[in-house]
Amino acid sequence: MAKYLLSVHSAEGEVGESMTEEEMQQSWKQIQVLNEELKSAGAWVFGGALHEPDTATVVRVSEGEMLTTDGPFVESREHLGGFYIIEAEDLDAALAWASKTTAAVRKPIEVRPFRDADA
Amino acid sequence: MPDTVRDGTPRGLDEAEVGRIFREESGRSVATLIRVCGDIDVAEDAVQEAFAVALRKWPADGLPPNPGGWITTTARNRAIDRLRRASRERELLREVAALSPGNADPGMSEEVALVQDDRLRLIFTCCHPALSIDAQVALTLRLLGGLSTKEVARSFLVAEPTMARRLVRAKRKIKAARVPYRVPDEHELPGRLGPVLAVVYLVYTTGLDGGADPGLCPEAIRLARILATLLPDEPEVAGLLALLLLTESRGATRTAPDGSLVLLADQDRNRWDRALIDEGRTIVRRCLRRNRSGPYQLQAAINAVHVEAATFEETDWPQIIALYDQLLAIAPTPVVALNRAVAIGEVDGPAAALVLVDELELDGYHPFHATRADLLRRLGRDDEAAAAYERAAALATSAAERDFLRLGGRASR
Repeated sequence: MAKYLLSVHSAEGEVGESMTEEEMQQSWKQIQVLNEELKSAGAWVFGGALHEPDTATVVRVSEGEMLTTDGPFVESREHLGGFYIIEAEDLDAALAWASKTTAAVRKPIEVRPFRDADA
Repeated sequence: MPDTVRDGTPRGLDEAEVGRIFREESGRSVATLIRVCGDIDVAEDAVQEAFAVALRKWPADGLPPNPGGWITTTARNRAIDRLRRASRERELLREVAALSPGNADPGMSEEVALVQDDRLRLIFTCCHPALSIDAQVALTLRLLGGLSTKEVARSFLVAEPTMARRLVRAKRKIKAARVPYRVPDEHELPGRLGPVLAVVYLVYTTGLDGGADPGLCPEAIRLARILATLLPDEPEVAGLLALLLLTESRGATRTAPDGSLVLLADQDRNRWDRALIDEGRTIVRRCLRRNRSGPYQLQAAINAVHVEAATFEETDWPQIIALYDQLLAIAPTPVVALNRAVAIGEVDGPAAALVLVDELELDGYHPFHATRADLLRRLGRDDEAAAAYERAAALATSAAERDFLRLGGRASR
């Protein structure tokens, strides 16, 4: 088994505009069903939706000083809207979960393998 | 290991022949080694080492009775050595050793089914949709076709380091993302077969394109034959093989001795390869009986109609149009529509064809301008024809095509 990050990418300004209230309700229900399915299949590790990127804070160390800045690390139109971490047998299994995820959240899903913890 | 040097060279085996046999067999061995080692790089290196041993031994000892089995066994032994040296993967070692030691013998019937599955696994891994088409083609030629990285690079007019990076990156992704090494299930096959057939077709058309290595054409046919053997129930696989065979049958007549292009109408039909035509037509007939049509089968059928005509004038154009109608219904692309318009031009005349051609949006595709040029020339609209030829020539990829188009297409008809 391997772990994969399934990340949900959103474009700025698009949130809430492309979906009607009814569609959002529908999507939310599908996500709940998907979460249950992931858990009962033993694929669930973690998952969740994120607040808007303007709620982010970046911390870095510069010349031994800790600096804290307001806002996301990279200002861009596209940002991470949420993610799942799943366990899957192989890429095909991960892609199958990703296709269910994209159907539920109605956004493209990026699938990325984690490095082996023991490698 | 001491080599037994005999008098003379048995069977006149020289280095080139060893290389040829090796290329023929290496896809099979690499595929099996990947299954047992679970690692593409280890498998490739082991098979490469086996090649070095073959180069040393075969010219002296003669060809072993089962060269493929010999390569696999030798490579497997090298892989065991290497894994033993690395020594971490005890589990793996047991699995590698479990491959029956007698499989270099001619009667390896139990191994055969498994080994055939290996090549099928490998092509589906190489052509996994998670890889770019460039990576799919390169991996297929390298791992299944047994071409060296240098040869793959040369085939696609890419610098060797660029191709090496492309291959390394693709293999790293297969490993890191765990692209599975398995034949897709029945229900997945329709979606997964498409990229595999597209890769083989692309290998062929790249070879046709001039510029690239013409050796890619027989390579593609070899890959199509492997697929047809491994997936005998898939009509589109048979269709692809027939399409390549029928296209290849005209190969010798497609260019003149000076390298310039010869159009279908002007090709010497006596020089078409009858054996390839017969094989291709037999497959097409079998496909028709099966009645599970698809784009490759229809293109093969169209080619079959062409090669069945004794002269260009005797071509059964209504039949070709009917086949293009079917093709357009399942693959509604402008390129198919362009080819259909050409066939219509042979029945209803150039004016009717030009109306259809001018509806298409294919400005960046040189055959579109070449077709327009030819139709305009036949309608006596010479200035417009000259402009269209010039546009086509500017877009053409091979020198032969450019020269042909700059000369205004055929001088006579």
